[in-house]
Amino acid sequence: MSRPRPEPVQVVKERRDAALRVLTGNVPYIRFLGIQFERRGDELTAVLPFDEKLIGNPLLPALHGGVTAAFLEVAALVELSWSVLWEDIEAGRIDPRALAPEDLPRMPKTIDFSVDYLRSGLPRDAYARARVNRSGRRYASVHVEAWQDNRTRPFAQATGHFLMPETRDAAARNG
Amino acid sequence: MSEGRDDKTAEKTPGQGTDKLAHARHFIEAIPHSRALGMRIEEMEDGQAQISMPWDPALVGDPRTGVIHGGAVSALMDTCCGAAVISHPEAPAGTATIDLRIDYMRAATPGQRITARAHVYHITRTVAFLRAEAMDETEGLPVASATGAFTVERPAAPPVPAQTKEASA
Repeated sequence: MSRPRPEPVQVVKERRDAALRVLTGNVPYIRFLGIQFERRGDELTAVLPFDEKLIGNPLLPALHGGVTAAFLEVAALVELSWSVLWEDIEAGRIDPRALAPEDLPRMPKTIDFSVDYLRSGLPRDAYARARVNRSGRRYASVHVEAWQDNRTRPFAQATGHFLMPETRDAAARNG
Repeated sequence: MSEGRDDKTAEKTPGQGTDKLAHARHFIEAIPHSRALGMRIEEMEDGQAQISMPWDPALVGDPRTGVIHGGAVSALMDTCCGAAVISHPEAPAGTATIDLRIDYMRAATPGQRITARAHVYHITRTVAFLRAEAMDETEGLPVASATGAFTVERPAAPPVPAQTKEASA
């Protein structure tokens, strides 16, 4: 029984929430769409509160297919960045409270993104969760699903491939 | 890229085709999200469409570089593909995206307008197949390319019954 005494819960929460804020709070497009992120431990849920400007078909009405694609892509990118950042934060290598956005590793770049539209997006809030299926040193593959009323009836899903940013060590080696 | 497009629709023999096109153009320009992104329809005819969108600081995905978010480019591509479908001579009454795949070849240059071009390369009774490209103001390599499949919604057989929209998904 020699494990170190666990940190107080508030300290842990504050550190993780600060990291999430740094990651998502400074991207204008995330703000433009109004996307928020909820966190349970390391699990993220992207939330897209309904807004009139997200409508693509005023007659139905339905969410714009482009909004759905963008929402899925944002959710996938944030999940991927978050999963990379998580270990550094938990190991104390990064202190998010002292972190400015420009100190963060760069965001991964989307190589391709393929969206399946399963049913039309209703004029109400939408949620998305992404799963990193593979995250290598250079490439990552991420799957993401979005739903509205029923978690088991997604209205869209997507798979994307991403180019990982250079790690600090690699960047230092390459000058 | 497209000269003399302004007169094309006007020169056509007046009738259903022109009305329908004007109607479709209005319809697209009235889409709340297209308006929010400042989209402008430049061409929409015979299963081809060209729509552009200005660079806007609100659409930036990477504040360090000012590069526009891929999601905004997706929205432009999706709208452009939809516009190409409803401008097809077979005159679908409506359309919805079944799938859309986008390849991002390079970052769009900050400050430059992005223009998407889409065309229907095959259409069946129920499905339209599309290819699209997005360019910024720099010549050469496109910013992104896309392929998509869209539904083809046929006008209901006359006499037109009320709403049959729910059947489509």
